[in-house]
Amino acid sequence: MIYVLLFYEFFKIGLFAVGGGLATIPFLYDLAVKHNWYTNQDVVDMIAISESTPGAIGLNMSTYVGYTTAGVLGSIISTIAIIIPEIIIVIIVSKVLNQFSSSKYVVSAFYGIRPTVTALICVACLEVLKVSVFNWGEFLQSYNWAALVNYKAAILFALVLFLVFKFKKHPVYYIAGCALAGMLLF
Amino acid sequence: MTALEQSKKQPSLWEIFAVFAKVGALTFGGGYSMLPIINKEAVERKGWVTQEEVMDYYAVGQCLPGIIAINTGVFVGCKVRGKSGGIAAALGIAFPSLVIIMLIAALLAPYMNLPIVQKAFMGIRVAVAALIIQAIATMWKKGIKDIFTAIIFAAAFSLAALTNISTVLIIICSVVLGIVIKVFAMKGK
Repeated sequence: MIYVLLFYEFFKIGLFAVGGGLATIPFLYDLAVKHNWYTNQDVVDMIAISESTPGAIGLNMSTYVGYTTAGVLGSIISTIAIIIPEIIIVIIVSKVLNQFSSSKYVVSAFYGIRPTVTALICVACLEVLKVSVFNWGEFLQSYNWAALVNYKAAILFALVLFLVFKFKKHPVYYIAGCALAGMLLF
Repeated sequence: MTALEQSKKQPSLWEIFAVFAKVGALTFGGGYSMLPIINKEAVERKGWVTQEEVMDYYAVGQCLPGIIAINTGVFVGCKVRGKSGGIAAALGIAFPSLVIIMLIAALLAPYMNLPIVQKAFMGIRVAVAALIIQAIATMWKKGIKDIFTAIIFAAAFSLAALTNISTVLIIICSVVLGIVIKVFAMKGK
């Protein structure tokens, strides 16, 4: 039952993805491997669309994955599933708000969670690089080292990386600029 | 009804839903970018909460699992009208995302295989990689502070990159490790 499975997987994401929208990405790659609902490349496209449309990234991604997997009902189910654990947790925490934020257990848990989430997103980023700057899929079939790097993409990547760190503009500008560059370059 | 009674009257669930639907629709990118809109709608226009409260909710919201915008919204909703207020706020924030993304997904699908669209997405993927690296740089500064956090990073990276251990399990282990290191080994230093 695809709907039950979607609900279960997104409920889990809502419960364990700590650190906002991007923290959902490692889970979305897990789902791509586990259920074959979409490809690794689709994940990257969904990130791009989620970052360049209104709404929180995590919500946009859950809606998108749900829609891709099981249409309109799928998107409603996955989005409801991702917010249920949060509603429950916040209702509980709001009663003990002051004790919560000064609790040494909460502070210490975060001491462990922050580097872990950073590492998980680094691994997700490697997946993004494989389908953007590298021709990883083709390389695995041919082991042709000369074709491993997509040179045009690598040059664009270096340029965008520089711009992203130099001018901290909203992501939508970089995404729009690169869409244009992609149409002209590739 | 006097003005005072009017202002003390609980807002309807529909009103909470509508205010947060506006927050969801006007938030672009999530997280921090939502704060000015919550301040404008829930603090200035409705007077439901103070700006300081919103900052506290946001700070705690970052430490809870899930989407930060939802967490912050549910806190405000709970403050204004208890549990049902929290649920109305969460549904309000989620509603515009649902509608907008469904429309885009449906409209885009027939064009996804056109060569020009494929090329655009090849460019877009490059931008996504760069944007994620920027986010990682920010997270690195906040999260990797000493030798223990560097080791946790290396361990989590290796496990996620090289094994099939689930993301959930890695996160649970990191919580346990964080508490063991901070509370017991370092005695809360």
